[in-house]
Amino acid sequence: MLFGYHWNLTSDWAFALSILPMLLKGLVVTVEATVLGYLLALTLGLLLALLRMAPSRLVAWPTAFIIEFLRDTPLLVQLYFLYFVLPLYGINLPAFLTGTLALGLQYSAYTSEVYRAGIKAVPKGQWEAALALDLTPLRTYRDIIVPQAIPRILPALGNYLVSIIKDTPILSAVTVLEMLDVAKMVGDRTFRYMVPLTMVGVLFLLLTLLTATALRRLERRLPQRGIPLR
Amino acid sequence: MMFAQLLPPLLRGAEITAQITLASTLLGALFAFAAGIGKLSRHRALRWPAVGYIEVFRGTSLLVQLFWLFFALPIIGISLSPLSAGILGLSLNIGAYGAEVVRGALQATARGQREAARALNFTPRQTLWRILLPQALPEMMPPFGNLAVQNLKDSALVSLITLADLTYQAQNLRNITLQTVPILTATLLLYFAMALVLTAAMRWLERRVRYAAGHER
Repeated sequence: MLFGYHWNLTSDWAFALSILPMLLKGLVVTVEATVLGYLLALTLGLLLALLRMAPSRLVAWPTAFIIEFLRDTPLLVQLYFLYFVLPLYGINLPAFLTGTLALGLQYSAYTSEVYRAGIKAVPKGQWEAALALDLTPLRTYRDIIVPQAIPRILPALGNYLVSIIKDTPILSAVTVLEMLDVAKMVGDRTFRYMVPLTMVGVLFLLLTLLTATALRRLERRLPQRGIPLR
Repeated sequence: MMFAQLLPPLLRGAEITAQITLASTLLGALFAFAAGIGKLSRHRALRWPAVGYIEVFRGTSLLVQLFWLFFALPIIGISLSPLSAGILGLSLNIGAYGAEVVRGALQATARGQREAARALNFTPRQTLWRILLPQALPEMMPPFGNLAVQNLKDSALVSLITLADLTYQAQNLRNITLQTVPILTATLLLYFAMALVLTAAMRWLERRVRYAAGHER
């Protein structure tokens, strides 16, 4: 029994049907962690990108190092670090929040590079024209650069949403009861791993395919020339 | 406990991590070429399995794949050791991503090259081996470099199927000594160092491939 549901061991199909509600409960946690981690990655990534492009090397270089470090070390070890080290400094977060924090941190390094590449890809002439027209830096960014960078940035950001979905099972390592952990638990108690683990695989496949399809649709609707912010 | 005492077990784990990464990257490259070329085949019997493999392994989580290989397969009588399950899982996963790189690079070769090969009456096999692959290979190398680093980081997950890699040793040591901060910091730094070495090695390989393909004077 798990979450108040009982499993039915009479046949593989009956078993599959009986554990589906449990897996769907885990799926909710998977989706929650994905969404929260992704939002964190989008915001933190923007911050990192801005610091990385700061005119002062004193700011830009340490930021570049942090981004590189986050990109080049495993999510699982970063997660362990947050989970075991933060409490030593009096920061006691629930496992779920620590997990989403780890997801957000690792992916902020990726998204920061997406933002930076998108802004860099705006033709140089646009910057020069803004300068020639004596636009303020704020107006240059808000009205010229960012609107043109968005169509380049959004598709790449979308790809990371799909990746983050697939990385959420790592949170099970710090006791977050997401979909894979639920399946493992069912397996541990019934000694039947094939059915629950295969179902988790199929559910993940559905989740990533649906997300990817939705993103492609969204991408096609994006105006290629730029999106005005006002 | 002294730092000098913590380091040897971590280094033993790092050695396993390096071995697993190397083995699964090489095996993964094999899968990548087989599936990437297979996906472009005219024959459905080759194309469909390739597409299925790529979609399944890119669409699901690596950890799910590892658990499936390690916990579910023994039930139908195929028992893999943690080492073989780890290497197989990592290489199947990275191979699926690599397959898309191979396919993309092959498709990006100039159309005229394929037409010229046809005009010269090359067989499809000759066209692939003598015309398309030599031109596409240098283009594949930079993304392959990224995938190799990705694979190094992914290899930490094998600790969850009881393989004694760097992450596993770190967790084990932490449970015994409770020296959480130095152990996890050293672990992160070791991974970072290995990633830098791997990146440099892949850059070197990239230059060698470009040189061998005659792209450089």
